Amino acid sequence: MTFDAATLQMLKTGIWETFYMVFLSSLFAYVIGLPLGIVLVCTDTDGIHPMPMVQKVLGTVINLLRSVPFLILLFIVLPLSKIVIGTRIGSPAMVIPLTIAAGPYVARVVESSLREIDGGVIEAAKSMGASDWQIIWKVLLPECRPSLLVGGALAVTTILSYSAMAGFVGGGGVGAIAINYGYYRYEAGLMWVSVVLLVVMVQIIQEVGMRMSRKGDKRIR
Amino acid sequence: MEQPIIQIKGLGKEFQTTEGKVRALEDINLEIRPGEVFGIIGLSGAGKSTLVRCMNFLEVPTEGEVLFEGESLGNMSPARLRKTRQSMGMIFQQFNLLAQRNVLRNVCFPLELGDTPRDEGRKRAMELLKTVGLGDKAGAYPAQLSGGQKQRVAIARALATSPKVILCDEATSALDPNTTKSILSLLKEINKTMGVTVIVITHEMAVIEAICDRVAIIDKSRIAEVGKVSEIFSEPKSKIGRQLILGDAARQVKFGDSRQIRIIFDGRESTEPVISNMVLACKTPVNIMYAQTRDVGGTAMGQMIVQLPADKTEADRALRYLETVKIPYEEVTEHDL
Repeated sequence: MTFDAATLQMLKTGIWETFYMVFLSSLFAYVIGLPLGIVLVCTDTDGIHPMPMVQKVLGTVINLLRSVPFLILLFIVLPLSKIVIGTRIGSPAMVIPLTIAAGPYVARVVESSLREIDGGVIEAAKSMGASDWQIIWKVLLPECRPSLLVGGALAVTTILSYSAMAGFVGGGGVGAIAINYGYYRYEAGLMWVSVVLLVVMVQIIQEVGMRMSRKGDKRIR
Repeated sequence: MEQPIIQIKGLGKEFQTTEGKVRALEDINLEIRPGEVFGIIGLSGAGKSTLVRCMNFLEVPTEGEVLFEGESLGNMSPARLRKTRQSMGMIFQQFNLLAQRNVLRNVCFPLELGDTPRDEGRKRAMELLKTVGLGDKAGAYPAQLSGGQKQRVAIARALATSPKVILCDEATSALDPNTTKSILSLLKEINKTMGVTVIVITHEMAVIEAICDRVAIIDKSRIAEVGKVSEIFSEPKSKIGRQLILGDAARQVKFGDSRQIRIIFDGRESTEPVISNMVLACKTPVNIMYAQTRDVGGTAMGQMIVQLPADKTEADRALRYLETVKIPYEEVTEHDL
């Protein structure tokens, strides 16, 4: 195994590509998933704004999207990347399938966090004359913040592991290096280096998420 | 007569469950007068929590109507209803404070929902925290407080919007006896100094005795009786009323088979040693089975269960004595227990 300047440069580029793929996909996944998660909780029969039909349909759509294996989803969605971004290869093209795969996942993660809230607190807010919006912004989200952050670490980690698969369809990033060198060329050394890099990234994401959650949680004294 | 602040007319509530319909409330009629402390007492499952939730439409009744200052909550637009709720504070058994907000910001919360400017809200919240005796806890989080302190914060929060009514849903049921006492006297004080109407839901007669002016007894989804606390306490008419008032005493009065009476101290006989005088006057011993009396503002309140002598003439003499000195009593029968 040789660690010449070119290899190091390649790894550096890979890390950067992984970073921005994961960052952008997570961002967009939350832009889609956070509101959907809120809708799932609020429209439930015992939610603050029951709309059972909406809840059912949305839940079913989310389950459908979540049950498609990511690798298959990649192939299905890449033509869309061609239309939106102009290319179906490279890291930018991967952001679209990653977002579509992660959005419904994030919705479920957010949903389970928001369900942790004590119904009594919502009842209290209602008794003070809070509107549905005020309950969402001033009660639901702030009270569930610690849990949402833990969920965030979980979601970003999942997106990271999805992004590693993007190497199979011409995406970039550290995962692509592991696949191209390790899987196709039997360069075990470089493959292991990539895997270690991914492990370190997961550790960092997890640690940051947990710390932010704990630090902001006023229930622990 | 003054317009009732809350009026409930023919109210019913039905819940749809998997096992069919359950009637939680049936034909409830109540009038709550401005400035009074009104108690609603019943055993668990009687429907009292549902009733209090119907008063601010947290539960929407399936029949009848609720009027707040003469206006029907059922006819209000959602926005108007939310506005009206700000005139009705509510406190809960489990306090329901926001765990991620400190004490001051919890009290500010209802003001944030309205249009109160931030600084003004904080000033008002600080004043209220002082009122409830927690001026030094403004920066603490709920997790750092005791149960009694949490309920004080909840009371301050309920008062923030200067409501006309405070609804208390089992507000002291999660607290120890001493803390209960201090929370109740705080509520009474708020009622007196601010003129806020207080509605208390409880399963404990002691809570009703301690602060309520009038009480409604609710049993099996219906109102069993309503009246002044002193009247209901001395002469409960319904079976459930007798059970609730006898309370602990019911367990004490199973000895022997001679007649037992319940003597009621309703505040008139404060300095008089009632039992001793009776014994001296009638020259007959009585057996005290149970007693629960307390000093309320210099008068004796409470009850005592006394076993009369087995001899009928002696027992009658004792009863006649009580009648001549006008001490309310009633016979306790097996039927009551």
